[in-house]
Amino acid sequence: MSLSISLTVNGDRCDVDLDDPRVTLLDLLRERMALPGTKKGCDRGQCGACTVLVNGRRINSCLTLAVTLNGAEVTTIEGLAAGEDLHPVQTAFIEHDGFQCGYCTPGQIMSAVGLIAEGQAGDDAERIREGMSGNLCRCSAYHGITEAVQDAARRMASADERKSA
Amino acid sequence: MTVAKPLPHDAARLHVTGGARYVDDLPTPPGTLHLAFGLSAKARAKVTLGLEAVRASAGVALVLGPGDLDPMPDCSPSAHDEPLLAMGEAFYAGHPLFLVAAESHLLARKAAAKAEIGYEELDAILTIEDAIAADSRFEDGPRVYEKGDVMAAISRAPHLVEGRVLVGGQEHFYLEGQSALAIPTEDGGMVVHSSSQHPTEIQHKVADALGRAMHDVKVEVRRMGGGFGGKESQGNHLAIACAVVAARTGRPVKMRYDRDDDFVVTGKRHDFRIDYRAGFDGEGRCLGVDFVQYCRCGWSMDLSLPVADRAMLHADNAYLLPAARITSHRLKTNTQSATAFRGFGGPQGMVGIERVMDHAAHVLGLDPLEVRRANYYREAPVAASEASGGSISGKMKGQPLPTADLAGRGSVKVETGSGKATRYGGAHSRVPATAENATPYGMEVTDFILHEMTETLARDCEFEARKAAVAEWNAANPVLKRGIALTPVKFGISFTLTHLNQAGALVHVYQDGSVSMNHGGTEMGQGLFQKVAQVAASRFGLPMERVRITATDTAKVPNTSATAASSGSDLNGMAVKAACDAIRDRIAEVVAAELQAEPAAIVFEDGQVRAGEASMSWEEAIAKTYMARVSLSATGFYATPGIEWDRIAGRGRPFYYFAYGAACSEVVIDTLTGENRILRTDILHDCGASLNPAIDIGQIEGGFVQGAGWLTTEELVWDGAGRLRTHAPSTYKIPACSDRPGVFNVALWDGANREETIYRSKAVGEPPLMLGISVWSALAQACAACGPNWPDLQTPATAEAVLAAVGRARG
Repeated sequence: MSLSISLTVNGDRCDVDLDDPRVTLLDLLRERMALPGTKKGCDRGQCGACTVLVNGRRINSCLTLAVTLNGAEVTTIEGLAAGEDLHPVQTAFIEHDGFQCGYCTPGQIMSAVGLIAEGQAGDDAERIREGMSGNLCRCSAYHGITEAVQDAARRMASADERKSA
Repeated sequence: MTVAKPLPHDAARLHVTGGARYVDDLPTPPGTLHLAFGLSAKARAKVTLGLEAVRASAGVALVLGPGDLDPMPDCSPSAHDEPLLAMGEAFYAGHPLFLVAAESHLLARKAAAKAEIGYEELDAILTIEDAIAADSRFEDGPRVYEKGDVMAAISRAPHLVEGRVLVGGQEHFYLEGQSALAIPTEDGGMVVHSSSQHPTEIQHKVADALGRAMHDVKVEVRRMGGGFGGKESQGNHLAIACAVVAARTGRPVKMRYDRDDDFVVTGKRHDFRIDYRAGFDGEGRCLGVDFVQYCRCGWSMDLSLPVADRAMLHADNAYLLPAARITSHRLKTNTQSATAFRGFGGPQGMVGIERVMDHAAHVLGLDPLEVRRANYYREAPVAASEASGGSISGKMKGQPLPTADLAGRGSVKVETGSGKATRYGGAHSRVPATAENATPYGMEVTDFILHEMTETLARDCEFEARKAAVAEWNAANPVLKRGIALTPVKFGISFTLTHLNQAGALVHVYQDGSVSMNHGGTEMGQGLFQKVAQVAASRFGLPMERVRITATDTAKVPNTSATAASSGSDLNGMAVKAACDAIRDRIAEVVAAELQAEPAAIVFEDGQVRAGEASMSWEEAIAKTYMARVSLSATGFYATPGIEWDRIAGRGRPFYYFAYGAACSEVVIDTLTGENRILRTDILHDCGASLNPAIDIGQIEGGFVQGAGWLTTEELVWDGAGRLRTHAPSTYKIPACSDRPGVFNVALWDGANREETIYRSKAVGEPPLMLGISVWSALAQACAACGPNWPDLQTPATAEAVLAAVGRARG
């Protein structure tokens, strides 16, 4: 059985033939598209290491069947920076030491980008912690992660203000 | 100077852009095979394998059962008791029985599921109680360390405190699962990429499995996605399996465990039962304590002996015990082989004595912190370092070295032959009770700083006022109860197997002045690479970007110890310093004449090579040294001085120094459900003169949270058939972002290491984990606030355990 889908990954249009309808987005990215930045932690949607954006929303790519994504726009950690310019969330993770081993970091950052876009957490550390609690960090760099998300949200909000002013 | 700066982790930009590669991210060469194990579903059984369907499954290239391997490769870091595949009898549920190599990971797993496995079940020994009843153990009897006359001290004491604490195990849950990739090279060589804390052991075990010399195998480790001890020995099986199949097929071979398999196959933190009996006077001073530690080791020895030793060595924690006896039983069970986990037994030992302090305070009606302080070791004298290690016997010298696994912590086995210890004595010698400030194993504590640290922390976190506020709250609120506790940590730094305290480094300076640095330590997120690179940059007076950090590689630096025991920066930092200094000395010799100075007067700073007013750029000095035909490459080596330890007698100076810390946690419990949370934690921790305060604070925060998780939500559950039922994050709860304390303050103690460590810093990997004990102690306080009785809170203090303790407190 062969299924063809067409989707956009990090701005590039891709036509993909799937030999099995059960291929997950995570495996598609890692094994077929040479994008190993998205990590496989638990492969069952509970650790958040595989978080990517689909049409701007954060999802667990290990629980998403690639076949459902015809026409979708996928952003992974590799597509977040604009060339050499890091996304504000990426910069904030470096500045606030939001990681140790780094394995959960791509998922944390994509989740943070999604959370900020949801506009729910604002500047509230408690709500950021709740909103980020689907992304496990065994090194427990949670202090830095929370600060990074807070800081990035602030920076992005003030950049938006400047734009609209 | 680049040391003592809060620089980010070495690969920070790679981590945030997804460019940091782990083993599973490496592009595999064409034709790579993928492996899966078939696992035993029974805890103990004679096994017959029907593998025809597996062999016939799509995409399968090779299937290996126990009969297909002769000799059977061994995966053990210690006793050669872990054949790669079970040989006719499975010893735990999860035991690898056969091996499938297929064209993809998925095809290998699908094929493995098709095996027809016949089990003839045998009686399994699952629990500590089962093992005691069957006298199923490692070593021929318990180990005993003893100081003074414990029985007399306890019987004379006015107050007796007696009880039992169950200390749970812990799954590492490194976010990156175990993985390995083996690539055959010409002439029988093998290159192995492994997610391992111990490349040298992987090299040694793979060489053994292939029947080759160690120089035929090269192991490379750039980074791990977390290790925590779980990658000290548990990666052996994957690397060996890959190498064996690669050698047979001539193809590259990769293996990674799925998360469930990772939980079910690999070892975890040892769970303990600790029985205690202690005598106290009315002021809360401990007169004597008798601990019996029962340690569940699982089916094979692995690193259990040194883990259990370290639990004994931390049974005192921060307390000067006039008389103490620690008896340690290392029990063999049909469960996963428990292994290294951050703290390596130390945390379990420490939970025992902290429980005794809390229990005594309850019995005596005293404040737990006051009881703790009354029992602290004495303050360090000023000229401390000279006093230490003076009373060590030289009896370990001249003993024959073990014949294998020299670099493994498990190689402790060779010293166990004389273990004639019995229940109350044996081949141990009692430490005289007269030792001034000595541990139960006879080491003088000469660097004790916890009096001052406790004072400072208690003041800064307003402990007394908050304790009063908690009492007031508890008097007014029947449903939600609060608790607050301040607990100390004293953790011994060094491998207790003395010969492992060595490290090597290789430093090259290229013609353009750029520096390439390599050492035996591995990077797993602890920031070792950055700290050591800071040392190199500092020695040469260069900015960090001039130093390139390279992957740990057994072909560059040989005979390394595991990156473990918190020793990474201490050992590798010194080795790199030695290599850099050798190169500096050579450069100085070359340029001395031109700078009109003695070589010894030449300094390296700010990219310049200087002598007084005269200077030249680093690049110029390098060019001159090269033109003078002087080597710009050097190895460095370091061996920790002053340590000597006899683990059988329980005597000596196993540790170069101690690292200290103290934490105060405040918690609230819901007495209707047992639900609980950490409201606030304040930590004061000792890293000596920190090499990198940002990385050290990260280690402290992370260690604390991991320790608090261990003692609260992280519950491992085996069913009556010995199957681990908590084998994924759905059932095994590690702390999430929302679980960290609402208020969380971490400060570094401002002081230098009294010993001559690298820039007078202290090790920081493991000690902060035990700061998590403050949470458990605070929870016990909250439970005790519910009624007059001793709540006897066990670990992990899950909501269920808290609810039970509330019930006991109420009576």
